[in-house]
Amino acid sequence: MSELSVNHLLGIKYLNKKDIQLIFETADHFKEVINRPIKKVPSLRDITIANLFFENSTRTKLSFELAEKRLSADVINFSSGQSSVKKGETLIDTVNNILSMKVDMVVMRHPNPGAGIFLSNHVKASIVNAGDGAHEHPTQALLDSYSIREKLGGVRGKKVVIVGDILHSRVALSNIFALQLQGAEVMVCGPKTLLPKYIDKLGVKVETNLRKALNWCDVANMLRVQNERMDISYFPSTREYTQQFGVNKDLLDSLDKEITIMHPGPINRGVEITSDVADSNQAIILDQVENGVAIRMAVIYLLASKIKH
Amino acid sequence: MSQKVLLNAKEVNIILHRLACQLIEKHNDFSNTVLIGLQPRGVYLADRLTKILKADYKVKNIKSGQLDITFYRDDFRRGDKTLKANTTELDFLVEDKNIVFIDDVLYTGRSIRAALTAIQSFGRPNEIELLTLIDRRFSRHLPIQPDYRGRQVDAINNEKVIVHWQENEGEDAVYLIEK
Repeated sequence: MSELSVNHLLGIKYLNKKDIQLIFETADHFKEVINRPIKKVPSLRDITIANLFFENSTRTKLSFELAEKRLSADVINFSSGQSSVKKGETLIDTVNNILSMKVDMVVMRHPNPGAGIFLSNHVKASIVNAGDGAHEHPTQALLDSYSIREKLGGVRGKKVVIVGDILHSRVALSNIFALQLQGAEVMVCGPKTLLPKYIDKLGVKVETNLRKALNWCDVANMLRVQNERMDISYFPSTREYTQQFGVNKDLLDSLDKEITIMHPGPINRGVEITSDVADSNQAIILDQVENGVAIRMAVIYLLASKIKH
Repeated sequence: MSQKVLLNAKEVNIILHRLACQLIEKHNDFSNTVLIGLQPRGVYLADRLTKILKADYKVKNIKSGQLDITFYRDDFRRGDKTLKANTTELDFLVEDKNIVFIDDVLYTGRSIRAALTAIQSFGRPNEIELLTLIDRRFSRHLPIQPDYRGRQVDAINNEKVIVHWQENEGEDAVYLIEK
């Protein structure tokens, strides 16, 4: 099979196992491309992509933009901070105005869950979800699984614990779907207040003791505490959170085995992980960033190939 | 569908040796030459020629690689199928090198056009030549001709030329297939 089963990337939930396999195989080729002296291929030279960011982002936006440029697509960028959204324009109107400029694909980050799905029902363009509220962040989950595959040789049968603020995290949900689809075992670990009430219904293990969780796992994906999404206090203090759910070198060294540490960024150094962990050989945080470009190139390339000439 | 044998194993073998000799005539000890097989099917021919040059003509240190042209093709989004990429393996820079592109069948010339663009991502070669086992003349879409050709074939457009290799299909042979 050499074609995705979907026309949009709205969430991992809509993908099947073969889709993920195809994205990874394609990303392998693009990873080779971005390590060449000249890191650009002309495939998408007649495709225009709009990056619509209705919510702040540094790394994801840069990563998407770089991926698009490496594929030779024309790119236009839009951030809601400086736009007519502030003047009361609706989402569909904003996007339709942009599509009138003959845009083929939209990469969108939006604070509302389901914004991408809504858009895909109303506009004629391929939609890539770059994060919709606390719902999904599919490219992050893909690059996380891809990085695990690269480091450990595969995802199937691996034990992955996602630590931290599961409640507000789109990365957690997308990762749970992606890892389970590929046959990994998933555990979530965090303070009870930051674990969604029915999270076990997704078939994941739940643990509130970090040491136990780390002793169980092969990979720990450390999430950031999303202070900006917290309307109330979910734990007494940052210091107390760090004491119970922060990973430091002493804790890692005291485990029975060497585990791999991941972080989707941006890191709050000294909160969820200490600097010596983030910069250690066990962390693959910067590999994740590099793989992010290759994965996004693969996703955009495969979706673009379904836009008929 | 009918098929006709254009070349049998013995003929393929004779042609491969002739092509190897022609390469030696031009490139001597291959010190500044690299052989690049074009993915997917040119790779078998490149491997075979490299083996012959090493084993039968005692040429040492031949540099060879594989180049995938998928992302440089001009028919992206034009066909029904998504173009699937293959591996590129070039563990050297091609700057100032003499390159020989190797492919099994030269037809429209579009793959070679893509390969000429693709190779630029690896540096600026001194010169580029083209070697093909089969040259389907009269069917070119672009002004591209081989420097070394195994056999020239006149085939009409609804015919297909297929090369079989011992390593892959279990026999060395070239077939003309009428669709």
